[in-house]
Amino acid sequence: MLAYILRRLAYAIPILIGVNLLTFALFFVVNTPDDMARMQLGVKRVTPEAITKWKAERGYDAPLFWNGEAPGLAKATRTIFFTKSAKLFVGDFGAAEDGRDIANEIKTRMGPSLAIAIPTFILGLLVTVTVALMLAFFRATALDLWGVVTCVVLMSISSLFYIIGGQWLIAKVWRLVPISGYAEGLEGWKFLILPVAIGVVAGIGSSARWYRTIFLEEMGKDYVRTARAKGLAEGVVMFRHVLRNALIPILTGVVVVIPLLFMGSLLTESFFGIPGLGSYTIDAINAQDFAVVRSMVFIGSVLYIAGLILTDISYTLVDPRIRFD
Amino acid sequence: MAFLPVLLWSDLLVWLLVAGLGLAAWGVARTPPLRAAWGRVLHRRTGMAALVVLAVFVLIGLADSLHYRPRLADTPSPAEAKAAAGKPVYGVEVFSLLDVLLTPLRTQMEKTYSAPLATRAYAKEMQEVRQPDGSLVQQRDFPRLRHGGKHLGDNEAGRDDDVLRRVLAGAGCALLAWWGLAEILVDLLARARGCSRREAWHELWHRPPTSAAPAWDALLLALGGLLLLVVPLLALVPEYHVLGTDKVGQDVLYQILKSIRTALVIGLVTTLVTLPVGVLLGIAAGYFRGWVDDLIQYLYTTLSSIPGVLLIAAAVLMMQVVIDTHPHWFDTAAERADLRLLALCFILGMTSWTGLARLLRGETLKLAQLEYIQAAQAFGVSSWRILLRHILPNVMHIVLIALVMDFSGLVLAEAVLSYVGIGVDPTMISFGTMINNARLELAREPMVWWSLAAAFFFMVVLVLAANLLADVVRDAFDPRAA
Repeated sequence: MLAYILRRLAYAIPILIGVNLLTFALFFVVNTPDDMARMQLGVKRVTPEAITKWKAERGYDAPLFWNGEAPGLAKATRTIFFTKSAKLFVGDFGAAEDGRDIANEIKTRMGPSLAIAIPTFILGLLVTVTVALMLAFFRATALDLWGVVTCVVLMSISSLFYIIGGQWLIAKVWRLVPISGYAEGLEGWKFLILPVAIGVVAGIGSSARWYRTIFLEEMGKDYVRTARAKGLAEGVVMFRHVLRNALIPILTGVVVVIPLLFMGSLLTESFFGIPGLGSYTIDAINAQDFAVVRSMVFIGSVLYIAGLILTDISYTLVDPRIRFD
Repeated sequence: MAFLPVLLWSDLLVWLLVAGLGLAAWGVARTPPLRAAWGRVLHRRTGMAALVVLAVFVLIGLADSLHYRPRLADTPSPAEAKAAAGKPVYGVEVFSLLDVLLTPLRTQMEKTYSAPLATRAYAKEMQEVRQPDGSLVQQRDFPRLRHGGKHLGDNEAGRDDDVLRRVLAGAGCALLAWWGLAEILVDLLARARGCSRREAWHELWHRPPTSAAPAWDALLLALGGLLLLVVPLLALVPEYHVLGTDKVGQDVLYQILKSIRTALVIGLVTTLVTLPVGVLLGIAAGYFRGWVDDLIQYLYTTLSSIPGVLLIAAAVLMMQVVIDTHPHWFDTAAERADLRLLALCFILGMTSWTGLARLLRGETLKLAQLEYIQAAQAFGVSSWRILLRHILPNVMHIVLIALVMDFSGLVLAEAVLSYVGIGVDPTMISFGTMINNARLELAREPMVWWSLAAAFFFMVVLVLAANLLADVVRDAFDPRAA
């Protein structure tokens, strides 16, 4: 098992290098370091000397991928690509264009993102599993039919409308909670209710329908028939047998998103004015701040790979039949 | 010529897609198993109804995909006319067939917001009113709209009666048209089955459970619903702004109809990009194994490990720089917006082929172990021929299901991306730009709800129809479901 995880971790390195190469290529295909300097310096102060100085200060004065003038191994290391991406691997994200330290920014913004994402994730899972279990319990009745129809309608609605509609109805018309904003600590709960509720409702449609299929598939298996043949009540069959076994695919399916919860939700955070990592990313996209975008891409990829490895581990934990050797 | 036909790149791809669909339909009609599978789609009521609704959307989108530039009528002086005799001058604005059909909607602009079916504007403004004694008095009041309800004259109170009369007349016409269509359908059915029209009518509504006939009842019901919606709308459109007007006084209904093409192009052209890449790499990885498999797996793991929005954002920002630095590539603003739309399709396609490739790799791994493939290998059939002739046809159901299921996701993604500012060009009318513009209008007093509500309704109908069709197609083509 340990050997397997180590092999997976080693496999992650070329993937992360590839991710870096891709973001780098995308950005520098059209934006030369000179263009970046001109944009950041503003129109007035652009002189060749200023550009050279700007590039030298930020380490953009080397060639992009290959330094032919340098000796030996330095041909590959004394380049913008190497100096900028090697640091990412040791957690040094550098500074954003406005001079702030990115690592520090990420640390302070992680809290708000998690404060939204974790309750949304846990509540969402509870609600959707309950709904799906109910639909499966009442399978082939009018309740099941209309439940599935409602699920399809719910998943046909754009997430933008959930947010806009929820903000309008609950915060503006009913005035139950503030429309947007964020506060540290326990007083912040009233800012969190609405985004969490909207996140949960927006996810019900697709997940509940998906989990219902899993439950129904599980209910067609032999051990369920055996349980019924023993004379167990349908409720006992559902909760003691079907629920437990169906949770295996459900849980292993959601493990992959757990690490990504750090990244927050771009839309929710920007609509509700929450100073998390999602809104940080959107701001960076709009300001074309390459250092921030690159760092977020790197973190996102690391978390995604971590999620994949966690998924594999969770398989072996919940299902003893699976072994990686 | 009175106009110059313009073939935008996205038009070209849309019509290529139509040609491809035509070809595919011809192929399906000649292959009995495929015909049976599509028969199962049409057999389901939801499948038939979803197809009817989608067909209407597609027709509107196609009418919006025939573009031209009108010739400028008056040439300033005879000398210039002579100089330009060889090449007539065309306007810089690009219109489509849909624009021509919707000329009243497009040209009847108001000053600013007005509610649906309103005769007066949304906000009060100062205006001079001539009193009975001939003097002018300044008053603050809601001004009359330039076009909305103009035919009513001074009889503004008669608006409700007028609207009701038009809706009823429209509904009457709709019922007549529906009856006509139903008669034609029953006639065709009766002829095909060789029974009386009465029996055909009865069988249409009471299908025996064992019959595999298409769900004609759902077809008629869907058509009836659409006619009841569209014909009264047509009766109201010439005189009213049925869905109100937006901030600059443009009719919301017009914007909705224009958004449909953007949504369809995003949903369909993207799949055109995804398809060859995903299919080729997927089956190649599953069949060749070894280093080819490693390389392709590395490629899609890398791509899918980048958070989608960030990759799209980086690519769109890059594309925008290219577009901004090469203004001479484009004769008109429409061509520039079109290229950005196309770029967005390509970028979405490049980020979304990974899922399809992964599915196809798994299926091909299984297929490659089967006897018929081993037999082909033993006969010395070349690898590419095996891929094309023996593997590809047997994974096509996965491709089809994936494509239909992706469509609704792409339409929804366009709205979100346009909101974040990395979607379509801001000048291009789409559901995303409409929502983005309308987002702050709910905070106005009184509230401006009609843009958002209209975008919501039409988007839900489109995505819902696509989702329902996807379900039915999956059930009909997935061998495990049967």
